[in-house]
Amino acid sequence: MLGRGTVAATGAPYGAGGPSDAPSEKGSGAGLNGSLPREPLLRVEAVSKRFKVSGRTLRAVERVSFELAAGQTLGLVGESGSGKSTLGRLVLRLLEADEGKVVFQGEDLARLSTNKMRARRRHMQIIFQDPLASLNPRMTVGVAIEDAMSVQNIGGSSAERRRRTEELLARVGLPASAVYAYPFELSGGQQQRVGIARALSVGPQLVVCDEPISSLDVSVQVQIIELLRELRKELGITYIFISHNLAVVQLLSDNVLVMYLGEVVEQASAADIFSRPHHPYTRALLRSVLKVPESAAARTPLAVLPGEMPSPLSPPPGCPYHPRCPLATSRCKEEKPVLRDVSGGHMAACHYAEKVAATPAAVTGLAAST
Amino acid sequence: MAEDLLSVQDLHTEFERGDGTVYAVNGISFSVAPGETLGIVGESGSGKSVSVLSIMGLLRGNGQVTEGTAKFMGKDLLRLRRRQLEDMRGRDIGMIFQDPMTSLNPTMRIGDQITEVMLSHQYTNRKGAFNRTLQLLEEVGIPEGKARFRSYPHEFSGGMRQRVMIAMAIACEPQLLIADEPTTALDVTVQTQILALLRELQQKRRMSIILITHDFGVATNFCDRIIVMYAGKVMESAPLDGFLRRSAHPYTIGLKRSVIEVGTQSHQLKAIPGMAMALTEPPRACPFAGRCDLAARRCREELPELRAIGGDHYVACHRAEEVLAAGATLDNLMAGGVVSAG
Repeated sequence: MLGRGTVAATGAPYGAGGPSDAPSEKGSGAGLNGSLPREPLLRVEAVSKRFKVSGRTLRAVERVSFELAAGQTLGLVGESGSGKSTLGRLVLRLLEADEGKVVFQGEDLARLSTNKMRARRRHMQIIFQDPLASLNPRMTVGVAIEDAMSVQNIGGSSAERRRRTEELLARVGLPASAVYAYPFELSGGQQQRVGIARALSVGPQLVVCDEPISSLDVSVQVQIIELLRELRKELGITYIFISHNLAVVQLLSDNVLVMYLGEVVEQASAADIFSRPHHPYTRALLRSVLKVPESAAARTPLAVLPGEMPSPLSPPPGCPYHPRCPLATSRCKEEKPVLRDVSGGHMAACHYAEKVAATPAAVTGLAAST
Repeated sequence: MAEDLLSVQDLHTEFERGDGTVYAVNGISFSVAPGETLGIVGESGSGKSVSVLSIMGLLRGNGQVTEGTAKFMGKDLLRLRRRQLEDMRGRDIGMIFQDPMTSLNPTMRIGDQITEVMLSHQYTNRKGAFNRTLQLLEEVGIPEGKARFRSYPHEFSGGMRQRVMIAMAIACEPQLLIADEPTTALDVTVQTQILALLRELQQKRRMSIILITHDFGVATNFCDRIIVMYAGKVMESAPLDGFLRRSAHPYTIGLKRSVIEVGTQSHQLKAIPGMAMALTEPPRACPFAGRCDLAARRCREELPELRAIGGDHYVACHRAEEVLAAGATLDNLMAGGVVSAG
C-alpha cells in the first residue's frame, strides 16, 4: 500500500492514452457484437468455467463472449443455476476462467500479477443480493467503507476518508449518522445503499450488480433502481446487471444476455430482446413476469413454464432447453443449436429462431393455469 | 358475513424492546370466507406477518397480543389453551413461509417430515401416512415420490423445497392455508409455478388462503380480496376488482406503481420515498403522512378511520374521495398536494 498514493487519487482517470475515453452518459451506442473502432471497456472472449463435483464435471459457464462499452449496461438474465453469477465473478476474476479471456481496459486480467490485479479491483466492484452477508457485522458502516478505501490507498488521511464516506452516504441517500451504525441496525434497503456506497468509494469504472434488488420490498426495489440509474448518469459507471427477472434487467440495460445451463441462448439489444424475442426460453421468461391487471375480468391465467433447469452435471443432449420447450422437435433432441446471428446482430441459439420470432407469444410455450 | 371461516376483530400486538414498546399491529380487522383467497399486502414492518403470527400464537417471546379476537370455526384462537392451538396448527390451519429451509429439518428425510405432521395430529396411522405422503408428493409436483421420500431438504432446489412445505401444510386437509411470502425468494418462473400449484390445490379442496406479500403483482394475480397494511393498520380493503379499478389510498397507488412489469420504462416508475418506521407509540395521525405526496395538515393531526366508500370497499385516508375523483390525473393532484401542504 506504500508509495501508490499519488496514483490512486480519487476519481482520477487511469492515465492519458488509456484504452477507454471518459464515458458519456449513454455510451457510444455500440452494440454487443458490432466491430468497435476502439477497445471497449470490457471484452469477454469465449470464457468457460467448470467445477469438479464429486468426480464429475459441472459446466457452469460455456464459451460466453461479449463486449461492453464504457457507460453501457449489460443485463445477464436466467434462472438459478444458469451461470449468470458465475459469469459475473469470472469477469471480476473473483473466479479464474478455465478457458477464454477477460480483457478489461485493454489488459488480459488473467496475466496480471496479484498486486496489479489488486490495483485493478479499484475499477471493478460488485454489489450483492444479500447486502447483510457482504458486510462485516462487527464493523460500523463508516469503518467498512473507509476500509475499502484504505485497501486501495484512496483518500490520503483517515480524516479525508471520513469526509468522503460522509459524502458517499449522503449520495446514496443515507443520513450522516449511518457512519456509526452497524449493518444489523439498518433495513434491507439501507444495507444495500451501504453496499453501493462501499463499491463507489474506490471510484470504479465497472460495477457488477448481482441480483441487487431481489431480496428487497418492491417499493425499495424502485428506490435502488433509481439510485443506480442516477449514479450511472452522474459518474458514467458501466454496469453488469444480473437478475432472474427480465423486466428488472430491461429497466437498466442497453444489451441483454439470456443464459441457460451455462450458455448464452439469446444476445441482443434490450429493445430487440423485448420487442422481438427469438428464443422460446426468453419468451417464457418474459411471460413469467406478473403484470397488475386492469380489472378482475382482465386477469389472465398464470403463464407457467413447467419444470426446472436440468442439473448442469448431466445436461440433456441436443438443445439444453428442449425438455421444457413446447416447440421442440426430434432435431432439437439430437442437434445442439449454435448461437447465430438471426437478424442484424441479434443472436439466438435455436434451430427455429425465425419461426419463434414470428409466432404469437401464447403458442411458444407456457401452460396456462386457471 | 356470518359464515366466515376466520374473522379477526380489532387485533393489537405489541413488542417489548429494551428501549420501549413497539406497536406492531394497531387494531386491524379482516375476515376470510370459505374458499376465499385473501391477500395481505405491505412492506417489511407493516405488521402483515405479525398479524398472522399473532393469530397463530407464534409470536416471539417479547411479543404480545393486547386486544382483539380471532374467531376460527367458532373458537377464538387468541383465547385457546396452548395445547388446543397447537392441535389446530398444522391440522386445521396450514402454514408456509418464505424460506422453506428454515422450516424444514435439515437432518430428516422429507418423506418422514411429511408423515410426521399427520402422525402428530393423529390424522392417520403410519401406513396411511406413508401412502398419503406419496400421494401428496405427486400432487405438489414432485415426481418419483418413492425415491424422493428418502431425500433430504438440501438435495432439493428452492422451488422443490417450497413444494415439500406445501405438502406438509396441506397433509391434514386444513380449511385455511396461510402463505407468508411463499414465492419471494424464488425465480420468477418458479414463482408462477408455485402460485399455480396453490391455486390448483385450493380449487380441489375449497380451502381458504391468506397470502402475505409485499408484491402487488403477486397479490392481484392470485387473490379475490386484498387488504393493504401500513404501520399495523389497514389502509385499504376491497375485492380485487375494486382494488384494481378504484384504488383510493395513495399508498396503494404507490405500491401499484412500484411493480416492475415487462415494458415498464424506468422513467415510469415512481418510488415511494422513505421507508416504514417502527412505531414507538400508537399512531395518532395518518402513519403514512410522512411519505405521502398528498399529505395535508389534517393528515398530520388526525388519524383517518377505515371507512366504507361503497361496494365492500374500505379506505383509511382523509383525501380518498379526491384520489378517486382525480383518477388518471392523480399526479397533478399530488403535485398540488405538495404545494398546499407546504
